[in-house]
Amino acid sequence: MERKKNLIVKIQGDIDQHNAEEIRAKVDKEFERSRCRHMIFDFSGVSFMDSSGIGLLIGRYKSVTARGGTVAIANMNSDLGRIYNISGLKKIISSFDSLDQAEKQVENQAHA
Amino acid sequence: MIYDNEINISMSAVSQNEAFARVAAAAFVAPLDPLLNELTDIKTAVSEAVTNSIIHGYENKGGTVYLTFRSYGSEIIITVSDTGIGIEDVALAMTPQYTSRPEMERTGMGFTVMKEFMDHVQVTSVPGRGTTVELRKTIETQTNRAEHFFSMIREH
Ligand SMILES: Nc1ncnc2c1ncn2[C@@H]1O[C@H](COP(=O)(O)OP(=O)(O)O)[C@@H](O)[C@H]1O
Ligand SMILES: [Mg+2]
Repeated sequence: MERKKNLIVKIQGDIDQHNAEEIRAKVDKEFERSRCRHMIFDFSGVSFMDSSGIGLLIGRYKSVTARGGTVAIANMNSDLGRIYNISGLKKIISSFDSLDQAEKQVENQAHA
Repeated sequence: MIYDNEINISMSAVSQNEAFARVAAAAFVAPLDPLLNELTDIKTAVSEAVTNSIIHGYENKGGTVYLTFRSYGSEIIITVSDTGIGIEDVALAMTPQYTSRPEMERTGMGFTVMKEFMDHVQVTSVPGRGTTVELRKTIETQTNRAEHFFSMIREH
């Protein structure tokens, strides 16, 4: 069986300290189990995120890149634009308008 | 100072109440008819301050977080207080990327977000006694927005 390359993490709801802990546990477990290389967060269901979400994403970025993969975000609501910019996350994890674009990009980057 | 409106809430310092605090802030501000991005800014700042009281002030061991919402004209004044451990060095705590809890995947960006999203942030803290964060923001009222719109037309 061919190994899947990208773990798509679809988050539904707000990302704050309360939810971040639960998301973190689930994502880390699934990433371990799936043995995927890259991780893409589908943000179409997220309408709120505070700096706990930034910590969550940077934490996943560290563990994924340590294993030679990359992390990307897709479908981010424009409401989250300000925190994405201000927090510095923008400089670390790229955001794409669609899941398709994000998948293409992580694979290109990986081959580069 | 006589405020137009004032609401006080005390809540258990548990993380599930972060969402409640945001909804309460949004509901308080709603009558001033804020723009969507103003609402997001206020909810985010409140979420940051409440989270700090829960995880830093009370070190996740529980306690009470006190919220006050006040409005004066189009200005919103919100305070978030705890009677937790307090902050030794407020200037250091407010430095971007400073966190005392890197092991919890904190980023040290909470105060930076509050300062960026609100007009004014003031932190008062006494080590061993607790912390109060005051957040202020003036909502661009409908009248202000209409005037702005007409002045733009007049310029042409
Ligand atoms: N209510 C509080 N009580 C005690 N310490 C606090 C409180 N709020 C903030 N701090 C301190 O200030 C630091 C910076 O806070 P912040 O900018 O929100 O970043 P973070 O929460 O990611 O650590 C915290 O790590 C903590 O040491
Ligand atoms: Mg914080």
